[in-house]
Formats: sequence, C-alpha cells, structure tokens
Amino acid sequence: MDKDIPTSSTWAVEARGIEKTFGEMRALRGIDLTVSRGECLVIFGPNGAGKTTLLKILSTLIKPSAGSVRLDDIDIRDKPAQIRRRISLVGNQTFLYDNLTVFENLKFYGKMYDVADLEKRIREVVSWVQLESRLHDRAGTLSRGLQQRASFARAVLHDPSILFLDEPDVGLDPHASAMVSEILESINSGSRTVVMTTHNLEQGLELGDSIIILDRGRVIYEASRQELSGADFRQIYNQYTETGR
Amino acid sequence: MNGKHALRNGILWGLGFALMIAALYMVFIYVPTEKHTGIIQRIFYFHVPVAWVSFLAFFITFISSILYLWKRQTKWDAIACASVEVGVIFTTLVLITGPIWAKPVWGIWWTWDARLTTSLVLWLIYIAYLLVRSLATEPAKGARYSAVIGIVGFIDVPIVFLTVNMWRTQHPTTIIFEGGLTTPMLMTLLVCIAAFTVLYVLLVIQSSGLKTMEAEIRRLRIIKAE
Amino acid sequence: MNKAFTKIFTIFWKDMLTEFRTREIIISVLVFALLVLVIFSFAFGTGADMTEMTAPGILWVALTFGGIIGLTRTFAVEKENSRLEGLMLCPVDRAVIYWGKLAGSFTFMLAVAVVVTPIFLALFNLPIFLPRLALVIVLALIGFASVGTLFSALAVNTRARDIMLPILFLPVVVPVIVSAVKATVTVLAGAPWGDMLTWLQIMIAFDIIYLVAATLVFEFVVEE
Repeated sequence: MDKDIPTSSTWAVEARGIEKTFGEMRALRGIDLTVSRGECLVIFGPNGAGKTTLLKILSTLIKPSAGSVRLDDIDIRDKPAQIRRRISLVGNQTFLYDNLTVFENLKFYGKMYDVADLEKRIREVVSWVQLESRLHDRAGTLSRGLQQRASFARAVLHDPSILFLDEPDVGLDPHASAMVSEILESINSGSRTVVMTTHNLEQGLELGDSIIILDRGRVIYEASRQELSGADFRQIYNQYTETGR
Repeated sequence: MNGKHALRNGILWGLGFALMIAALYMVFIYVPTEKHTGIIQRIFYFHVPVAWVSFLAFFITFISSILYLWKRQTKWDAIACASVEVGVIFTTLVLITGPIWAKPVWGIWWTWDARLTTSLVLWLIYIAYLLVRSLATEPAKGARYSAVIGIVGFIDVPIVFLTVNMWRTQHPTTIIFEGGLTTPMLMTLLVCIAAFTVLYVLLVIQSSGLKTMEAEIRRLRIIKAE
Repeated sequence: MNKAFTKIFTIFWKDMLTEFRTREIIISVLVFALLVLVIFSFAFGTGADMTEMTAPGILWVALTFGGIIGLTRTFAVEKENSRLEGLMLCPVDRAVIYWGKLAGSFTFMLAVAVVVTPIFLALFNLPIFLPRLALVIVLALIGFASVGTLFSALAVNTRARDIMLPILFLPVVVPVIVSAVKATVTVLAGAPWGDMLTWLQIMIAFDIIYLVAATLVFEFVVEE
C-alpha cells in the first residue's frame, strides 16, 4: 500500500502510520490504509485487535498518538467541523436517548447537523430502515435490533459521504441481523464510502471491495475482493490470526 | 543527563547548600529577637518563604499547564505535576507553621485570615489535582485533566483572597511588626526566601526529571515488549 | 454565531425534554435540598436570634449540595450509551456542547432554588418575596454551573466519579459560597443595596472569569 501513493484526491480515507498508545498498551502500531471513494473496506480481526480504536481515530473521536488521517483529502486535524459534517459512525452503542422518541432523537441529531427540510428527511431515513410504525415510541422501549436500525437512521440523516460501522450486527438475533444486512447492502450505494469492522466473515466478504485483517494493532493481511475470489477466506483468517499471535 | 545539566545542577546544589547554611545562621544567631512577640517570631523566617514558594509553585504549574495543553510536550506535564507535589508539601508546612505562630501570639490556633484561608483552599484544590491524576482512567487523560485543574484552580487564587479578605480580616503584619521590619530582619528574610526558592527549583528539577525518565522507561519497555 | 446559538439551544432543549419525561434530576435534587434544609435547621435550631446568623448559611448549604447532586448527572447522562461520542461527532465547536450542557445545569438548579427558597423563607418566618435574593441566587448559580459543568465532564472519566466532582467543585466555588451567604445576610437584614454590592461584584467577576476559562479549556476535558 505504501508504493505508488497518488497525490490526487482519489482516496476517501487515507491513514498513514497511525499509532495509539493507552498508558503502557499499544493499541495500534503503525496502520496504513486507503479506501477509494465509493468503496467498502471491511476490517476483520480478533477481539482486542484495535478495530474499534482505529474506527474512532478515523472518525475524529480519538486523537492518534502518531500518524495522520485524511478524509476526502482534508486532514482531520485541520477542519474538524467540516470533516464531521461528511462522516458518520454507527458504534456498538446507539448514541440514542432512551427517554426521547425515535423521532425526537433524530430531530435532535438532525438539528445538530443543520439538516435541511428535517422532517421530510427523517421520514425518508425512517422508511429506509423500516421503522415508521415505531417512530413515536421512546428509544428505550425498542428492542436491540430496532434500536440499531434507529441508529442507522441517525447515522445517515445528514447524508454522510463516509460511513464508519463498528460491528453493526453484534448482539443481534438472526432476524435483526438479517435486517441489518439488508440495510448494509443499500448503505454503500452511490458514492458513499464505507469502512466497517465485523466478525461476520460471510457478510464482510460479500460487502467488502477490499479486506484487511487486523491483529494486535497491525495490519497482517490485506486483499481485494478479486484476489480473494475462490480462496477459502476462513482458512486464511485462521492462519493469519494464528501466526500473528 | 548531559554535561550542561550536570553543571547547572551542581551550581544549584552548591548555591542551595550555601544559602541554607546562611539562612540558618541568620535566623538563629544573626537576627535579633523581636521585642513584642519574642522567640516565636523567628518562625516567620520559615513561614513566609515557605508560603512564597507554595504560591510560586502553583504559579509555575499554571504556566506549565497552559504550555502542556498548547504544545503537548511531556516535559511541561512533568514540571506542572512536580511543582504541584512540592507546592502541596510547602502549603502543608504553611498550614502547620501558621498555627504554631498564631497560638502564642494571638492565643488561637487558627484564624480565618485571608492569607491562611487562601492557603487552605489552595491546598484542597491541589490535593484534588493529585487525586484526579491518580484516579484518571489512563495517564494521558490524567495529564490533560490535571492541566485543566492547574489552570482553573490557579485563577481562583486572587478571587479567593479578595473574598476572604472582605469576609473576615486580621492583619498579622501590623500586629507583629509594630516597629516595622528592621534591616537585619529584612536581610534574614530575603536570604531565607532565596534559600527556599533554590530548594524549590532543585526539587522540581529532580522530580520532573524523574517523571520524564519514568515515562521514557515505560516507552522503552513497550518497545522491548514488541 | 447564530447557528452556534441554535445548537446550544438544541442541546439545552434535548436535556429539558429528557428531564420533563423522567423528572429524575429535579426531583432527586429537590428532595435532597429540602432534607438538608430540615436537617440543618434541627442541628442549629430556629430561634429568632439564630435566624439572622445561620439561616443564610443553611440555605446555601442546601443549594450547594443539591447542585452537586444535579451536576453529577449532567455528564453521567451523556456517558450512558456513549451519547457523548454522538455529541462529539457533531460538527460543532466543543464550546457549544459546554454551553448547551451549562444552560441545562443552570436551569435545573434554578428550578430547584425556586421551590426550595420560598420553603426556606417560610420555615424561618421571613418575607417570601425578595427580588434582591433572586438576583443573588441567579448570580451564584451561574457560578456553580460554569465550574460544575466543566468538572462534571472531567469527573465522569475518572474512577470514583461520584466523589470526584464535589472534591474538585467545592474548593473552587468557595468565593461564590462566601459571597452568596454574605449577600443573603444583607438581604434578610433589609440592609441597603450598597452593603451587598461588593458581594455581587465578586460573584459577577467569578461568573465571567469562569465562563470564559471553562469555555476555553472544555475541549481538553472531552477530547480523547
């Protein structure tokens, strides 16, 4: 990945030499990655590999100890507000306020992002995640699966050009997980760039234009979808995460 | 430690030692006993310099905290923290020597005098500073949080002083120095202040140097663990 | 600037709406403040001669400790469900988040004071309608909220978060507490305006200094 770095702005996400140390723990030890505009990068890796930390750094939530991140060719240190307007994050947590309705939650976040014609936009995103019937229920009364859908609605409200997804189907039952898969298939449409972490190998392979495996803070394997076609990825995954140990 | 630092520290140690000996000589032998309050007044030559150093320490912390948040260099955090540690110890000494002095002179241990009360409030603020440092969920956060406290805590000093001054005031200076500060007294005080200031500088250099080294060892240990 | 104000209001309104649903903060703070009022009255007695000296102190102990309970919740709420991350992702200056949360904390404390103060005045047989006391309360609560919101954000990221806030908060607000008590004494004694002017000035100075300082340093507390 280090060779032939184009100077033009073909990368939606470009991270160079990302390191992060928490106290004595080195969570990330020099991550380089690039994602082209409109593509989907899937990050696999065992628990504790640094996936969540990496996503938080890419989405401006955590400052890296070293290295730089450019999103849509803007350094995230330079214009954080401008960057934040273009990105979104769906995390393990939904960021929703339990005592507000789904509608009120979306209205709150929509206003924070200056979403134009907000009520119309809320109807759009809610119908996209098929949550119309529960729109005026309090977020806290929704099941985990429905909350996750509301979280997706929240994330795309301001039509971000880059979307970060941190294990979007973790802790969901098969039915809810299937719903999320549907959402995921349509989320990458158009020119939206997606960076996603997951443990779900099948789903990740299906969605990802390129794939990396992260282990103990390093990229230990990377491949494009074409390179992987026909190969037994589960075997590759096990082999690499084993040798990485 | 390089040669330049060694030379600087050597000079400081020598200077500090000479000043301390001079201070002891002047306090116990050279300076005449104050007529009205007697022998106890000699604690003044300890109390005032110590109080001065504690304010100086918190001021240095204030400046280093701003520099740390601005530049993000570990050395500023090390200096800020080392200075608080010295400052808290010196403030504790102020709070101990104050009552020792007050009891024979005014017949009471504690008085809500502006200076003493401000010292007490400062002591509480910087104890909180050290607590936050040790209770932060990770060292980097502890450094940032304590820098914030080092700033907002210090700007409280003039307000606390002013408020307590308005609230309840007793003027120790006029009671103790009815005859004013004589030249030998002033000389002794100045030498004591110089001695304690050099002591403060030495302690901060040692302590912040130690902290920087600890951070370096941690960094090396992480690299070695790779 | 106008946009920033809209977003401050959006955060504030979100807190109001949540509180309106649960009444969790106001009710708990109110009950606690009233308990402090009653317990201290028992401890100090309520004789007519005592009133003038101890009553203002009792009121301010109740409002200060009640305020701490409320301030602890300010950022604890945002920590649940990682909502603070959601807020931090928003394309707003971190100072906007500070002012939004500050407006909420101030309003909760004011709401509690609006209930507690008349009850206090009635308990001590004092005149209920005292506009000058209202001014003292507003100035003091701005001071509490300015420092408290900053430290609340700081305390939620430490171990022992519940005890950290009062340990940080109380020494710093000493000037506000002293001034508020002294100003309340002059109000209750019916002394002329001039007597409380100094105390009002100290509180105004404190409020301005801490609003500015906290606005500047807030981002260092919430960033990761």
